[in-house]
Amino acid sequence: MNAITHPINPDRLVARQQEALQDAGWVRWSLIVIAVGFIGLFICVPLALVFIQAFSKGVEAYWSALSQADTVAAIKLTLLVALVTVPLNTVFGVAAAWAITRFEFKGKSLLTTLIDLPFSVSPVISGLIFVLLFGAEGWFGEWLIAHDIKIIFAVPGIILATLFITFPFVARQLIPLMQEMGSQEEEAALSLGAGGWKTFWAVTIPNIKWALLYGVLLCNARAMGEFGAVSVVSGHIRGLTNTLPLNVEVNYNEYNVVGAFSSASILALLAIVTLILKTILEKKSSR
Amino acid sequence: MSILLSDISKNFGAFAALNHINLEVPEGELVALLGPSGCGKTTLLRIIAGLEHADKGRVIINGEDKTDQNVSERGIGFVFQHYALFRHMTVFENVAFGLRVKPRRERPTDYILSQKVHALLELVQLDFLHDRFPDQLSGGQRQRIALARALAVEPSVLLLDEPFGALDASVRKDLRQWLRNLHHELNVTSIFVTHDQEEAMEVASQVVVLNHGHIEQLGSPSDIYDRPANAFVSRFIGQTNIFDLEEHDADWLQTAGILNPHQEAKVAHVRPHDIIIEKSTRGHTAPATLKDWQHLGALIRLELVKNSSNGSTAPVFAEMPNDQFKQLALNKGDKVDLKIRQAHWFH
Repeated sequence: MNAITHPINPDRLVARQQEALQDAGWVRWSLIVIAVGFIGLFICVPLALVFIQAFSKGVEAYWSALSQADTVAAIKLTLLVALVTVPLNTVFGVAAAWAITRFEFKGKSLLTTLIDLPFSVSPVISGLIFVLLFGAEGWFGEWLIAHDIKIIFAVPGIILATLFITFPFVARQLIPLMQEMGSQEEEAALSLGAGGWKTFWAVTIPNIKWALLYGVLLCNARAMGEFGAVSVVSGHIRGLTNTLPLNVEVNYNEYNVVGAFSSASILALLAIVTLILKTILEKKSSR
Repeated sequence: MSILLSDISKNFGAFAALNHINLEVPEGELVALLGPSGCGKTTLLRIIAGLEHADKGRVIINGEDKTDQNVSERGIGFVFQHYALFRHMTVFENVAFGLRVKPRRERPTDYILSQKVHALLELVQLDFLHDRFPDQLSGGQRQRIALARALAVEPSVLLLDEPFGALDASVRKDLRQWLRNLHHELNVTSIFVTHDQEEAMEVASQVVVLNHGHIEQLGSPSDIYDRPANAFVSRFIGQTNIFDLEEHDADWLQTAGILNPHQEAKVAHVRPHDIIIEKSTRGHTAPATLKDWQHLGALIRLELVKNSSNGSTAPVFAEMPNDQFKQLALNKGDKVDLKIRQAHWFH
């Protein structure tokens, strides 16, 4: 990206803005206190509570809760779902971003709008759509039963619902970036004799890699953490169709505090790691 | 290598960008495609490159029909207005790119590749920047690197899309001269697009004037300046005074020495330097009054107002060398006589 050279030192600009706000000191402080208090109360305290509760009966209880067969199965299933959906949505996201930013075609704006659909629809509805399509009473239900294919209340349903929920992440990160970059570097590569595939790997991918990783990261976080849509299609079969978020719920409903919060602590750790990586990637991609 | 375009047409929806373009560029020429924005010049260049495809017509480079060939197979060098350097690669890698993507059989060894790239960087006088990234270079440096990159694959033709369009005025002037010299040295058939007539006249050996998707005139810079084919070319190339016989008062045109009774044409275009000014002794019957003047360096531009109550009131501009103007010792408000050295007549 081109370096923008500021004729005015941005730090000094900030300092001057602060000067302009100086006389309303009490406003400044009360806003800061509100913001920090809000984050402390609604984010830091609950986060701390997750770990306090998870370790409330000691480290040993924590580990034994995590090594329970059902919890291990839930962790495995969550990893499997992420392992399938994230690569698929990465490919889809790059393809969609490429189509939208590089080609002119009818219905392009409709496609752009539809990509955002999973964000605007309640996850429960998303899950329900798949039940209506593939459930026993659904459109394809009879055919699926006749051919002995299980989608709803089975792993394929969970993967489908997660795919649906997470498909916008990669595309949404790439579209604005690729729009801003334009296609001249790719045209230059083609004019120098590079083929389409070579151009994609040597020119396009290096230019979008940080934004792509950022999209993949968000996609992964959501794929592992999705509750609503997965809850509708999973059927909550212990050891078979429970993902980690569902495992938290099941344990919690059974008053198994350590079980619920030990699973929750893994998701919380995932969130923290995601946040750290996200900050690093944001810095890299804005360079 | 020569370029032959036959009957090229291109539409964008209902808009006809190019209309039956026929053009031949002989080997070794440096041709400017000149025209106002939206005239189709960039589209034509991109069609020659294969970055865009014509709806109709053929592109023939060195006798070979390239119309259906992909841009990567045409063996052209393309230079973009905004450089389009690969931002994640060093200057060296940018220039080396075209060599690295060659099929394995034609790919040079690392040693030859490195020598070739450094030779090209020396050609554009920027070898000392070989390990920098594009965003560490100035605009002029970037454009020279882009040119070196395009030359690396030894293209049969070099196509430049507004190569100086994004640069400062002073850098642009230097680079124009530099491009001319470089072309002289390499002698590769080149076409560049510009909307700046001065640039086209200064750099090109042949100028193609385009307007509304067709060619208005093709010729050497002096041809186009001295013998414009039509009113559009005359207006577009350099400054001109326009006298329309239907708008101007005939008597005034006669006294100013513009009207030629034998003319069939209706509009006269007179270059400012083709108007000779003298201090008038005729008083109120003099054709014009000096309203103001501006220094253009070596030349003075005089703004004259017609001494006539009817007809067009547009000012007339004349230009003369600085010292000649001093000799005339004119003041604002002086009455002057005009003599027209030469006019171009159009219908």
